[in-house]
Amino acid sequence: MTLTLSEPLFNALLAVVKILFVWAMTLAALLPNLIWAERRVSGLIQDRPGPNRVGPLGLFQAVADVLKLMMKEDVVPLYVDKVLFTLAPLITLTPALVTFAVIPFGSSIPITWNGAVRDVPLVIADVNVGILYIFALTSLAVYGIVLAGWSSNDKYSLLGGVRASAQIISYELAMGFSAAGVFIAAGSLRLPAVVEWQHAHLWNVVPQFLGFVVFAVAIFAETNRIPFDLSEAEAELVAGYHTEYSSFRFAMFFMGEYANLIAASAVVTTLYFGGWSLPGVAFTGLWGGLASIAVFAVKTAAFIFLFLWVRWTLPRFRYDQLMELGWKVFLPLSFFHLIAVAAFVAASGR
Amino acid sequence: MSTTTPSPTLAFAPLLERKFGEKAAPEARPAADVPTIAVDASALHDVALFLRDDPSARFDLFLDLAAVDRLKLAGPASYRAGERFAANYLLYSTERNEHLRVRTTAPAADPKLPTLTDVWWGANWFEREAWDLMGITFEGHPNLKRLLTHNGFVGHALRKDYEAGQRWLCTEEDVLQTDLAAQTETPEDVFETLTLNFGPSHPSTHGTLRVVMRCDGETIVAAESECGYLHRCFEKMSETHTYQQVIPYTDRLNYCSPMINGSGYARAVESMLGVEIPERARAVRTVLAEFSRLMDHMVCLGANLVDIGALTNFWYAFQAREEIYSLLEACCGARLTSSYARIGGLSNDVPENFVEWCRRLVKLCHNQIREVDGLITKNRIAQKRFRDTGVVTKEQALAWGFTGPCLRASGVAYDVRKDAPYDWYDRVDFDVPIATEGDNFARYLVRMEEMRQSLRIVEQVVAKLPNGPVNSDDYRVVLPPKEMVYNEMEGLIYHFKVVFEGIPVPAGEIYSYTEGANGELGYHIVSDGTGRPYRVKVRPPCFPLFASFEKIIRGGMVSDAVATLGTLNIIAGELDR
Amino acid sequence: MDVSLALFWAFAAVAVAGAVGVIVMRQPVHSALFLLLTFLAVAVLFVVAHAEFVAAVQVLVYAGGIMVLFLYTIMLVNVRRQAGEPYLHRQAGVALGVGLLLLAVVGGVVLGDARRLADAHAAAPAARLTEVVGSGVAAGNSQAVGWLLYREYLLPFEIASVLLLVAMIGAVVLGKRTMEKFD
Repeated sequence: MTLTLSEPLFNALLAVVKILFVWAMTLAALLPNLIWAERRVSGLIQDRPGPNRVGPLGLFQAVADVLKLMMKEDVVPLYVDKVLFTLAPLITLTPALVTFAVIPFGSSIPITWNGAVRDVPLVIADVNVGILYIFALTSLAVYGIVLAGWSSNDKYSLLGGVRASAQIISYELAMGFSAAGVFIAAGSLRLPAVVEWQHAHLWNVVPQFLGFVVFAVAIFAETNRIPFDLSEAEAELVAGYHTEYSSFRFAMFFMGEYANLIAASAVVTTLYFGGWSLPGVAFTGLWGGLASIAVFAVKTAAFIFLFLWVRWTLPRFRYDQLMELGWKVFLPLSFFHLIAVAAFVAASGR
Repeated sequence: MSTTTPSPTLAFAPLLERKFGEKAAPEARPAADVPTIAVDASALHDVALFLRDDPSARFDLFLDLAAVDRLKLAGPASYRAGERFAANYLLYSTERNEHLRVRTTAPAADPKLPTLTDVWWGANWFEREAWDLMGITFEGHPNLKRLLTHNGFVGHALRKDYEAGQRWLCTEEDVLQTDLAAQTETPEDVFETLTLNFGPSHPSTHGTLRVVMRCDGETIVAAESECGYLHRCFEKMSETHTYQQVIPYTDRLNYCSPMINGSGYARAVESMLGVEIPERARAVRTVLAEFSRLMDHMVCLGANLVDIGALTNFWYAFQAREEIYSLLEACCGARLTSSYARIGGLSNDVPENFVEWCRRLVKLCHNQIREVDGLITKNRIAQKRFRDTGVVTKEQALAWGFTGPCLRASGVAYDVRKDAPYDWYDRVDFDVPIATEGDNFARYLVRMEEMRQSLRIVEQVVAKLPNGPVNSDDYRVVLPPKEMVYNEMEGLIYHFKVVFEGIPVPAGEIYSYTEGANGELGYHIVSDGTGRPYRVKVRPPCFPLFASFEKIIRGGMVSDAVATLGTLNIIAGELDR
Repeated sequence: MDVSLALFWAFAAVAVAGAVGVIVMRQPVHSALFLLLTFLAVAVLFVVAHAEFVAAVQVLVYAGGIMVLFLYTIMLVNVRRQAGEPYLHRQAGVALGVGLLLLAVVGGVVLGDARRLADAHAAAPAARLTEVVGSGVAAGNSQAVGWLLYREYLLPFEIASVLLLVAMIGAVVLGKRTMEKFD
């Protein structure tokens, strides 16, 4: 059978297929399982079974949770800013979903088209400023939290929003500078290039361990997870920015948090753990391509587990301590790291 | 009742007599009670200063103010007129390990007393309570407002001529509008401050407490705390019940460690009666009191750690607590509100496998403490959150009337179990942990170590647990066994009298104190010789803790206030009574 | 019509609308959000002009950094408008004058530049880039920006950073003083 498709149309079709695949993976496969995993892992850590009644091993718990939340009454308090109140959960969810566009989730898959075999790279959009695109998006994600906090017209929510904005600013710089080391090493801002460099040389986590530590901590701060979940801090701010939210709007915040978590894990995997690559293994052909997707998924899942593990282990920082840590420890560390990497690269004459 | 002797320990008595003459005289008291001096209201303030500052007295800790309405108490006619109200101030000298009661009177018409808040700041809320419930005005008190009842309340509930059946509506205008809230709209020079209403149902108040804070950003510049949301006037209820029937009420004071409350109360009544309880009952009370203390600390630490974000410790702590509850359930059938102690002993004997069970629990508790210890004690984030926050200095702790772990964390080694041993505490070897920093971390560490010491006590007592009955054989006090009731005339009569008339406690007064999980738990009981107490006044250990909360958190951040509230361990049940 | 031209006009309109929103809105938070909209629209304009790097930096710095700080301040200070406060302030006349002057200056520059550009003919940018950057690096525009910034415009760049440093120190000093006063 011969397909008659023009080149742009074929590319557009490919992009749509990739987008659908990535979103299906995150929204339909990863996200519900993550809700389940969070609760099961917490159970494991806390010497208790965790949800184990709905479906095998309680796997359908997420479905039950979402159904329950959807059926709850959607309360919109009287004196909220209605437009922003409605928009805020959406703003939280969107950046995370769009982040996946530039993350290479596998090597490539050969597809025969118009009689010629071509390798289709497994990334939705190979943007030449890939990482900046991700940083730009993650910096926008905070608006969801800030606006939710402000529009709720509730002092606790407001404090949550204020905390979130201070936190994001404190950690964004450190995150950017620590990641810059990766691009200096790879010589490109493109994420596929970063992965390929790591495939050819060494996973970045080894030579750039300091950068990795700073980046990982900053990622925790950006995703608002313990020990940085200050904007939510249920013991201090009741529920922080989502105190006034109920029903599906509340569920959207949760989906946003988990989608952010998955995106963050994917980014760390890509930047520091070789993305889809394994040292010494060449992923070629259809099966190689599929295997590389699996490798990427496993690495991402390992990182997600780390997120869960930390959440159920550490206490939470205080607002000023968190800022102090960001500005006085991690920012200088990331500077130092950046200069060290740049000096090394310059000295080695590349 | 034991013999009445003039208290021999009052070293300052001669000096007191020289300075104040007739106006302050030691009173004859039963040996079981604390020494007392009767002071004329006009000299009260000077006597208080003398007692606090004189080197031979040094009563540095204000424990309690128990006001008694003597309207219906048998006695001279002055009880109906000029000396109707008795105010009993309970003091403690940490230096000389001595309790003292200062008793003064106020007339029926417009009762007024000078305030002692400037002598011991800790008297603050106690005086407010006495004004609220007894209607005694304290002249010069900085903030004499209703405390346990609401502003719509009419009358003073603990007066003997107050009809208990009345209802008063609390309308929105009557809800405490604090001065802080009223000042919200004042513009500051640079920034506006924000009034934050913290509680009464806030996730970290763990009960119903309310604090109104004024925050600059997140720094607390002023605060005012309020309690009374759980007030049920347990003390008024006690007056209409027999002595035995009060025990279930005591479970609801500090519901985290009900065994301590119950046996503390029973011990107070037993010392009024002069009843000795069997050794086995004493030993079991000691074991269960220590397990209760452990549970209380577990709840306190677990919840506190949840408040600073370390959720998992809660489950580690609560697992031990659940297992201890199972032991309590095996002993008396109830988990939370045990009501196990009885005046004269215990409701029934412990299960056969009690000793092995205790040993198993000790092992489990050690394990759970180790888990929490490993996760938190050396954790940098936990240290950052706890160290140098919620600091209470030794002087402050004494002035504010702290007792228990919070006082010991500020460097004062006062523990009733050591300083006035009861039950089996003089027969076991244990240490009283203290810390000097007085911050949240010190309180955390003190509680952690106290749990280990409790386990030590349990191990020692269990190893020597004697056999025998768990109840006194004095059937005026204890219900006789069923076969005696059914087969003998005396048995039936005893049973009838104990159930219908209650235990005839001889007329008198006592202040009996035990080491509760939160500090000194005092029962001030007045008996008129009938089967029902004339007046029961509880000294809840966390009452002065919460009273000073607004002072501790000033200058800190909202997150510190949450951590501090947790380490102080405020239990609304005993706070509001 | 060219797709990119259509996009340009659409987002230019959004940017202007956002800018109008900033002044028209009465609630400061809403004003700030309209400013954010303008920033994002301008970022899209950069993308249309194939300046992805500038676009990403625009979002990262202005939308993700500066506007978040703006919001932080607005929310903390919590500006309250008195009821019945006049919508236009006393300085309306002055503002109008200054606004017109600014318009004249900007208009003059734009028109003059347009004429110059027309003279040099549109072929210039690419050629100029190769001229400045040298051959071989034209692949990514982040490199191009870097070369331009640190070679051609190094002095203005340094002057700008010194200015910012001075402003920062000034802000710290002022902030410290107000905090002391507040204590």
